[in-house]
Amino acid sequence: MQLGAKRWLIAAVLVAFGVSALSGYFNRYYLGIAIDVGISIILAVSLNLINGHTGQFSLGHAGFMAVGGFTAAKLTLELTPSVPAAAQPALFVGAMLAGGLVAALAGLAVGLPSLRLKGDYLAIVTLGFGEIIRVIFQTSPAFGAATGLTGIPKFTTLFWTWSAAALTVYVVASLVNSTYGRGFLCVHDDEVAAAAMGINPTRYKVTAFVTGAFFAGMAGALYAHHKQVLKPDGFDFMKSIDVVVMVILGGMGNTVGVILAAILLTVLPELLRGFADYRMIVYSLLIIGLMLLRPQGLFNLRRRESRSAAAN
Amino acid sequence: MSASAEPKPDSLLKMQRCTIRFGGLTAVSELDLRIGGDELIGLIGPNGAGKTTAFNMITGVYQPTEGEIHFAGTPLSGQAPQEITGLGIARTFQNIRLFPSLSVFDNVRVAFQLRQTTGMFQSLLRGAAFHRNEKLIESEVLEILDIFKLSRFRHTMAKNLPYGDQRRLEIVRALATKPKLLLLDEPAAGMNPTEKVELTRLIGFIKEKFRISVLLVEHDMQVVMGICQRIVVLDHGVKIAEGSPTEVRNDAKVVEAYLGDSHLKKPAAAVD
Ligand SMILES: Nc1ncnc2c1ncn2[C@@H]1O[C@H](COP(=O)(O)OP(=O)(O)OP(=O)(O)O)[C@@H](O)[C@H]1O
Ligand SMILES: [Mg+2]
Repeated sequence: MQLGAKRWLIAAVLVAFGVSALSGYFNRYYLGIAIDVGISIILAVSLNLINGHTGQFSLGHAGFMAVGGFTAAKLTLELTPSVPAAAQPALFVGAMLAGGLVAALAGLAVGLPSLRLKGDYLAIVTLGFGEIIRVIFQTSPAFGAATGLTGIPKFTTLFWTWSAAALTVYVVASLVNSTYGRGFLCVHDDEVAAAAMGINPTRYKVTAFVTGAFFAGMAGALYAHHKQVLKPDGFDFMKSIDVVVMVILGGMGNTVGVILAAILLTVLPELLRGFADYRMIVYSLLIIGLMLLRPQGLFNLRRRESRSAAAN
Repeated sequence: MSASAEPKPDSLLKMQRCTIRFGGLTAVSELDLRIGGDELIGLIGPNGAGKTTAFNMITGVYQPTEGEIHFAGTPLSGQAPQEITGLGIARTFQNIRLFPSLSVFDNVRVAFQLRQTTGMFQSLLRGAAFHRNEKLIESEVLEILDIFKLSRFRHTMAKNLPYGDQRRLEIVRALATKPKLLLLDEPAAGMNPTEKVELTRLIGFIKEKFRISVLLVEHDMQVVMGICQRIVVLDHGVKIAEGSPTEVRNDAKVVEAYLGDSHLKKPAAAVD
């Protein structure tokens, strides 16, 4: 994909634009799901950079999403009245970027001190971080405390969501598919060997955290301006687990698989609405079954290396 | 002492009275070690003598409890392993530590992020400079894989490589960081006699072709005595002898501590 990456991004944005232009003809319910799918893709692909490619087990993605969502929503709630209608898309993009940047700062804040930790310990710290974020929003009056923010302008469109999803995929894929970016995979495979090869494991881990958090923040902004209400409850660690499941199901570090898993796990609950209460049970069974039967992920087709080796 | 067994005065690596303790255990005690440019030095000793620990001190994995290490005049204390690699010291590991899920090509390719200019932002922008640079790296990787006859495996995941090739790839990967000093930790471990002969030739070839110094830890005396100009012997963390292969082979302390009567017999393969 090396050469076509940028062309691919432009094509994806054009498709988003085209479909979005026609979205007036769509059933609003399906349109909503299409936007949900885009948000899930952003979340899953960005978490995949941290958990999949770089091999750091983060459970903090809902926290980063909350930071981005609340930041962006607060901005548009404050500023929309004083901004002319024509400039509102620009305001929204600005709010999205601000949400992403503040989330990225949070990623830096969590990433730096946590990087000495590995595996379970890192998971626990990031989980704690997510919960702290939630509690902060829950108790701060500026963000509506437990009720959260309401009346957020409906700025999120299919175009913005899918474009942001395309950008996320582009950024993560471009990062990883380069000599520089192979460093993420090295850190995943063996930190000691990575350092011996001149790779700075800390820098790569922080970069993964900050980049992942940025896009989670953007996803939060899109989510806020899609649902128009933002409750801190919605960002508990179950939300992080949802995203982790997408990454595991898609096959850690496999972008296409993770996108497919994000689509599947967003659409599936809609189809199984009646069974919403059992969702966590289904998820748990899914993960156990997966670990036993297909530890490389349901959609991981990336095994062609060994095949072409046999051919030589 | 023969002339070749004298450490060169313009030392590339200078380890001075290096001691490292783990709790109550002194793994290496007051080790002095000098390696000049273009030297091939052996570091031998029984299991647990502190050879790997010496490597770990040189490469920054451990900081010495006491003593100093200089490389090309630069003090190494406080430097992280990746910084030391950047200064020009590369190593292999006693237990192979390739990047198992990466292809052979990528295992070598990652060495180039150290000395190339395209970083994160160029990777994102993917402009002409980025593509030019990636092309250049690709051709350099293929060239070095070719030299070591690994190019037919370039798409193979490292973990699927035959054992001997994994050892070789680890050396190639270290060389790709363009070191001035290469540390090899038991490269012949687990190899059969034919592979060992080949490896011995390979190490000599590397030293000539890349004009670098090599510090070799190896239990196989045929390999060590065959190619090393000078040999340092450790026992219980203490240097008990240093000199040419002939001198070391006839040193009473070395024979007692390590080589035994039939000093060409192979010691049991190390497991750690
Ligand atoms: N991180 C550590 N913590 C505690 N003890 C250690 C550590 N690393 C090494 N040691 C101890 O230091 C001593 C030297 O070990 P080292 O691995 O350097 O030996 P070696 O000469 O490489 O032996 P071998 O030939 O078996 O590889 C051993 O007693 C070992 O148990
Ligand atoms: Mg050892």
